[in-house]
Amino acid sequence: MKTNIILSGVGGQGILTIAAVLDTAALSENLFVKQSEVHGMSQRGGAVQCHVRISDKQIFSDLIPEGKADLILSVEPMELLRYTPFLNKYGWLVTDSHPFINTDNYPDKNDLFKQIKKHPYHIIINATEIAKKIGNSKVTNMVLLGAAASIIPLSEESLLDAIKKLFQHKSDKIISLNLKAFFEGKKIAKEITNLATNI
Amino acid sequence: MKSLLLGNEALAQGSIDAGLSGVYAYPGTPSTEITEYIQRSKLARELKIHATWSVNEKTAMESALGMSYTGLRALVVMKHVGLNVASDVFMNMSVSGINGGLVVVVADDPSMHSSQNEQDSRFYGKFAMIPILEPSNQQEAYDIMHYAFDLSEELKLPVLVRMVTRLSHSRAGIELRERRAQNVMQLPTDTSRFALLPMNARKQFDKLVNKKAILIKLSESSSLNDLKLSQHNDVGIIACGIAYNYVMENIGDDVSFYSILKISQYPLPKEKIKKLYKHCDKIIVVEEGYPLVEELLHDYFNKNDKIKGKLTGDIPLTGELNPNTVGKSLGIFQNISKSIPEIVSGRPPQLCEGCGHTDLFNTINELIPEIGNKNVFGDIGCYALGALPPLKTVNTLIDMGASITMAKGAADAGLENAIAVIGDSTFTHSGMTGLLDAVYENSPITVIISDNSAIAMTGAQESSAVGRLHKICLGIGVHPDHLKTMIPLNKNHEQNVELLRNELKYKGVSVIISERPCVRLSRDKKEEIKAKIASLS
Ligand code: SF4
Repeated sequence: MKTNIILSGVGGQGILTIAAVLDTAALSENLFVKQSEVHGMSQRGGAVQCHVRISDKQIFSDLIPEGKADLILSVEPMELLRYTPFLNKYGWLVTDSHPFINTDNYPDKNDLFKQIKKHPYHIIINATEIAKKIGNSKVTNMVLLGAAASIIPLSEESLLDAIKKLFQHKSDKIISLNLKAFFEGKKIAKEITNLATNI
Repeated sequence: MKSLLLGNEALAQGSIDAGLSGVYAYPGTPSTEITEYIQRSKLARELKIHATWSVNEKTAMESALGMSYTGLRALVVMKHVGLNVASDVFMNMSVSGINGGLVVVVADDPSMHSSQNEQDSRFYGKFAMIPILEPSNQQEAYDIMHYAFDLSEELKLPVLVRMVTRLSHSRAGIELRERRAQNVMQLPTDTSRFALLPMNARKQFDKLVNKKAILIKLSESSSLNDLKLSQHNDVGIIACGIAYNYVMENIGDDVSFYSILKISQYPLPKEKIKKLYKHCDKIIVVEEGYPLVEELLHDYFNKNDKIKGKLTGDIPLTGELNPNTVGKSLGIFQNISKSIPEIVSGRPPQLCEGCGHTDLFNTINELIPEIGNKNVFGDIGCYALGALPPLKTVNTLIDMGASITMAKGAADAGLENAIAVIGDSTFTHSGMTGLLDAVYENSPITVIISDNSAIAMTGAQESSAVGRLHKICLGIGVHPDHLKTMIPLNKNHEQNVELLRNELKYKGVSVIISERPCVRLSRDKKEEIKAKIASLS
């Protein structure tokens, strides 16, 4: 078993929290993990990505080779597309539909969606909106993780435990908010994918 | 459960567990997390490991040498270009030798993710004639520190550990070892080797040169340099440091078809290389950085086309390695036909919303029509982003401190209205000496110290400049009438433009301190800084 996941977004959007949940969950299942992340200049509002590799065997490269990612999970739709060369033939794209616009030449978001939909396996959800409804846009990343959970070969139990562990030094309210976000994302993704398979 | 650590953190924990007594460093991507980890470590605090930031890499390395002089184990950490700053002590302490174990960790940044060049620190290690260790993964980064300190004490030489961005900033599960006790103070038996007067230095240099044979012998027998010969003799691979991972990623289950020499310790084990060379029809050298090993191979075996690598174009000469470029060089099919969809536009980094640097640049930009658009000399820090659109204020960015001295040189040449923009911590790192040069000649330049009370670019570390800038400038000899302060806020725009216009008219050194804390600092941190400033004034 080997799973390659690319997390993407804009510096400051919190993709490292998603990575930390994945890593912790994988280690708790006694799997090997490698997770390469971006520090430094790009964190100032630039494009950032994070490669997470999970396997039951030793992992060598910290970077995922092109064409080998099983999932690209993005907190921003244009940043999702930046990494599609990494996607394998049966790979999944999961993204927030909410664009983060901090450049003059940001494309029309409907064109972005069109481009994403060219890939057979995709989930586009308005995670930011969902997170706000739950109570805090900061949990957008957990909504997205929930949405992708069924694609990730880690048990839901270990993912939830990892979330609890990661936020253990915060208040109970924050923990339950994050868990709620996870379940909300999961539910909505299920509705979308059911719909897709019905067509 | 294993501990999940960044390569940098694994290395830091490895140092603590190897009996460290002090780490000295100036922040710089990709090396920063090593020192930060030790600063946060409870164990390190209990062990009273020194971990306060230094003013620059040179002072850091000299302090580490001082600690080593007393017999304790010291670590000094920097990014690759930081070693340029520290190169004076670096080159000389290999001649004097060390006492307590001294390890120099340098993190290179191939692909220049956060740097101005791709220099390869292995050349510095070779230049100083000391051992270089180059871990290939996080576990090795941890384990190698025990060995590095032991080796340093055994040889009485500093040891260079070379990291690269990708290893520094990638996490993996690490198994920890038992901790070695810290050294107790034991001053050198003979201090004359530390007094590098010519007669002592000559002796010491002879010793250093003669150690080379021992260093090579150690490399030959080191388990870090692992040679596996295959029954097939088509392809031999020399894989250095992290490059080994990219090789293994590609050959995976077919490993028995290749002969591989993994290199993680230098100087190179020549005998092992000869064995591999004799055994194989073709040798591919895979190394991160410059083609150092490849060049040496051409040297060993007279330049020939059996040796492949960066010089032959099989691997790109610039940029960091990745599994695809390495796979391609090994002749393994790479599935990389797809490209990024055209619709995707670039997203370069930019100053945070509400950053004081932006207001400062707006002030300067207001005067550009009067003074011309090529007069602003910049420096290293977040404000370097002022060179990019939409601001486009800053014209130069060369090294720490160069803003002031380049402005001075340009003014010497007759350029009017030369402006230097430098951050508070860059100023204390390498700007003060340049300012003295300018004061000494009263050069007609205007220096703006953009003081955000932090080393913001690398994650808001504490700046030693906090609360001291005015006194430093006055002490250096800036005339009190031309030492001004402004608050870079939009509401002060007109007033700030006027202030700058006036100082530009003055044909001597002016310093304007533009004061506003980085907006990323937490409220607590800002309070802390306020208290510190109050205590210093
Ligand atoms: S980190 Fe601070 S100094 Fe750097 S761009 Fe952001 S606000 Fe400005």
